[in-house]
Amino acid sequence: VADSLAYPGRQNAPPPRSSPVMSTVLPGAPSPRAPPAGKHPREPVALGVPLPGLPPQKGMQYGDCVNNQASSAPTPLSSASDDEEEEEDEEAGVDSSSTTSSASPVPNSYDALEGGGYPDVHSSSASSPAPDHAPEPDPAPAAPLSAKVMAKPFGHGYPTLQPGYQTTAAPPSAGTFAQYPQQHPGVNQLSSALGGLSLQSSPQPESLRPINLTQERDVLPATPVWAPVPNLNLDLRKLNCSPDSFRCTLTSIPQTQALLNKAKLPLGLLLHPFRDLTQLPVITSNTIVRCRSCRTYINPFVSFIDQRRWKCNLCYRVNDVPEEFMYNPLTRSYGEPHKRPEVQNSTVEFIASSDYMLRPPQPAVYLFVLDVSHNAMEAGYLAVLCQSLLENLDKLPGDSRTRIGFMTFDSTIHFYNLQEGFSQPQMLIVSDIDDVFLPTPDGLLVNLYESRELIKVLLNALPNMFTSTRETHSALGPALQAAFKLMSPTGGRVSVFQTQLPSLGAGLLQSREDPNQRSSTKVVQHLGPATDFYKKLALDCSGQQTAVDLFLLSSQYSDLSSLACMSRYSAGCIYYYPSFHCTHNPSQMEKLQKDLKRYLTRKIGFEAVMRIRCTKGLSMHTFHGNFFVRSTDLLSLANINPDAGFAVQLSIEESLTDTSLVCFQTALLYTSSKGERRIRVHTLCLPVVSSLAEVHAGADVQAAICLLANMAVDRSISSSLSDARDALVNAVVDSLSAYGSTVSNLRHSGLMAPASLKLFPLYVLALLKQKAFRTGTSTRLDDRVYAMCQIKSQPLVHLMRMIHPNLHRIDRLTDEGAIHVNDRVVPQPPLQKLSAEKLTREGAFLMDCGSVFYIWIGKDCDSNFIEDVLGFPNFASIPQKMTHLPELDTLASERTRSFLTWLQDSRPLSPVLHVVKDESPAKMEFFQHLVEDRTEAAFSYYEFLLHVQQQISK
Amino acid sequence: MEAVVFIFSLLDCCALIFLSVYFIITLSDLECDYINARSCCSKLNKWVIPEMIGHSIVTVLMLVSLHWFIFLLNLPVVTWNIYRFIMVPSGNMGVFDPTEIHNRGQLKSHMKEAMIKLGFHLLCFFMYLYSMILALIND
Repeated sequence: VADSLAYPGRQNAPPPRSSPVMSTVLPGAPSPRAPPAGKHPREPVALGVPLPGLPPQKGMQYGDCVNNQASSAPTPLSSASDDEEEEEDEEAGVDSSSTTSSASPVPNSYDALEGGGYPDVHSSSASSPAPDHAPEPDPAPAAPLSAKVMAKPFGHGYPTLQPGYQTTAAPPSAGTFAQYPQQHPGVNQLSSALGGLSLQSSPQPESLRPINLTQERDVLPATPVWAPVPNLNLDLRKLNCSPDSFRCTLTSIPQTQALLNKAKLPLGLLLHPFRDLTQLPVITSNTIVRCRSCRTYINPFVSFIDQRRWKCNLCYRVNDVPEEFMYNPLTRSYGEPHKRPEVQNSTVEFIASSDYMLRPPQPAVYLFVLDVSHNAMEAGYLAVLCQSLLENLDKLPGDSRTRIGFMTFDSTIHFYNLQEGFSQPQMLIVSDIDDVFLPTPDGLLVNLYESRELIKVLLNALPNMFTSTRETHSALGPALQAAFKLMSPTGGRVSVFQTQLPSLGAGLLQSREDPNQRSSTKVVQHLGPATDFYKKLALDCSGQQTAVDLFLLSSQYSDLSSLACMSRYSAGCIYYYPSFHCTHNPSQMEKLQKDLKRYLTRKIGFEAVMRIRCTKGLSMHTFHGNFFVRSTDLLSLANINPDAGFAVQLSIEESLTDTSLVCFQTALLYTSSKGERRIRVHTLCLPVVSSLAEVHAGADVQAAICLLANMAVDRSISSSLSDARDALVNAVVDSLSAYGSTVSNLRHSGLMAPASLKLFPLYVLALLKQKAFRTGTSTRLDDRVYAMCQIKSQPLVHLMRMIHPNLHRIDRLTDEGAIHVNDRVVPQPPLQKLSAEKLTREGAFLMDCGSVFYIWIGKDCDSNFIEDVLGFPNFASIPQKMTHLPELDTLASERTRSFLTWLQDSRPLSPVLHVVKDESPAKMEFFQHLVEDRTEAAFSYYEFLLHVQQQISK
Repeated sequence: MEAVVFIFSLLDCCALIFLSVYFIITLSDLECDYINARSCCSKLNKWVIPEMIGHSIVTVLMLVSLHWFIFLLNLPVVTWNIYRFIMVPSGNMGVFDPTEIHNRGQLKSHMKEAMIKLGFHLLCFFMYLYSMILALIND
């Protein structure tokens, strides 16, 4: 984007949902999606009710800020110089907040327009056509006043502060009402009828309503569960980061560690920093304004003390506002630093200057390392890959410098010289795998555009080159060493395709799985890696900004737990296709095709680092995801992709009594595929609370579950699987008994939980039945390890779908409550609980497991449905393996397909569809996801509740 | 003879003290971000085996020379050193693993351990010194 400011509007304006599509509620129809708690920032109730205790006047806010500054006396912090030395590329010697750099090298940036002295500022900026400046779309309420400020650039009056600066939050009572009314669908109408009275008299927010879990039959709501909204005042809430990118397990942070310990809930952050966004303000500016001591980027939650100084919201240091920042390119006015896009958006992207580079931005470099042993040829993945590459060669992210290379290996390593000028690709074989070397210094990684023809020739030839091979060995380790040597000068992405256990050279592995132990209930061994070879290699790669992505397509045990290390620590990603075969297993092949399409064309960031900062008093201690923690809070990510999620555990080191808000900031510095250095910054602001009830009210059960899952993976590798399972059960027992002790006056015979945590036991049970943690059911070791890898690296939305799939009945879809997406009507069938009792024989059900869709067809399913949607006359004629819905010209078919496409569009990897007939052997796959039911090895939901209750009363 | 035993122990103990100080310095360097986890761990792992051997030698020497009390004092620490070394999971790069050192407060516990060892070795140092002087006088 050439625009200096691509600023399409406030990010929170459309109701954010996980899908990039814009959807609107069908008018007239009572939509079940309309009232999800707080996903819509514009809640009629919250707006309508005058909040008692909120500072009503703008003038008061100024006082507030000053007061706040005085009360939270900033402790003198040590100088920033010490961390600047080691902060490496993210921070490399920048001192931006203090300097006002002159002479803009970027002609297109507004800084060039701004020129020198202030008197000119207005005339020059006003007269310049500046066609690339998007007009300010949302003038804030204080807009009329801004005209006066513009007139006098040195104005000390500073008449208005952005509403968000009220760092003292509304009194808890008022805020609590404002936050929670929407979770109670009934309250809406009620409140409009009673004019807010009902709200003020209500004893406690909806999320604290005690629920007797053992008596409540349907805990699962009919609509998808949304993230709870932090209990902040309306202005801050509007500015806050989208929960899709940044979520905290407790939306109300407890004041002290003691309070957190009392609540017995995990505290941590769930991040999806590089998510595909439809709207993202991009800022080009000479000086990126940051706090001088903690290096925080300026964000919507800082407070402006006066027009010239701002106070950091993380370390409370007072900083100067640089001259350049006084000019607002959006309104083209001067003297309104609080109207700048950095201060109006909690998710922004900066174009970084050379201060943020250790070396010139690297080009996009892709290397493919392919297994061509006999086993690989049998599986036949090579044809799929080459075809996919040929199709997507032009769509590979990159610029004119993009380079690409290929290596194949069996017991020897084959290089391909694709240097421009050759008529044929030249194959070079290195058979000395004990001491690998590169056969030629250049020509192995070539420019994609200069050598395009040769690359195409190679891709067309590759699938047939090794068809008659008899070589069964696989020298993966040496091949990786060679790949590392090849990539180390530039860095980039290595994609490894492997089909069996590596059996030669460094890093060879032995089979460790005992098939008889697959369904053991006692110990599951070998969850950890067998050798440190892959870890070392990954760390070497990470140091050279190279990420290794692993595609494991194997039918036998391949020790994924060891192989996965190469991706885990180099910030790569892992794909696993068990029993892959191009003809025998068409659904896996289809999945590979779809995954490859996404993998090759999705956005990619190179040589990235991510730093997470939080308000003084909080500290981060354990990170989850695929990366290497280079220093205490700096994550080194050789590559970053939009499908990577991260989790961080937090602890409260110092009491937070002198602050009412805490903030978290993630800064991701990366090189885009076009060779631009960019920083994506997300800032999340949360209130601090002092009572246990408020902590419970703000619990985000989905985030908590995802964090617990990550912790359980760590536990099962470092300790044992049964320890991890016990820890999961204890998490429920502890948190519910902690809640039970606070509401002892309400003690019934049942198991009590606050409404915010009512799904906690269900989700934990689902987690215990997950492939990663289940015992007693036959689970291959690689499948288990892969599930663990996914838990560690998936973002929250996908992980939740994996843990607890959504079940919808689809044989009677209606337009009731449907939503419109791109002129298509998408029906919204209610969620069903995951229990066989819901599966009527007359129905058809769709289960959405994230990466797989199942459509289960009951035995007595309506023949109209079978005919209209599946295109078969009756149940008996439906084939056993069906992976597509035909495009039939009937209303039912249209509705079903539109719902299915809508679900598919909302996630990056398009899932594979399986049509499962009742009575077909494949139905086991489907039934294992029904987590509320009893299996021979695990509790049913009700039994689990009783078990928890028994543990509590012990 | 007795004096020779204690002179040797004293020298060995000095070396162990220096090693503990080195561990503490390196770990605190990592804490302050002066070095990265990778180089820190490779530096420290190099010295895990020498430390273990050095300490075992003194302990065995005490057993051989029939100084029961000092032997029993050293035994738990030596056992801990050996246990820690043996229990390293096969996928880890040694006692100090760069990918895990920042997790779950491992850095803090390593630091604490190094501090305790420093205190222990200092105590031993004075004990050997005292015993050495005593032995020299008795000779």
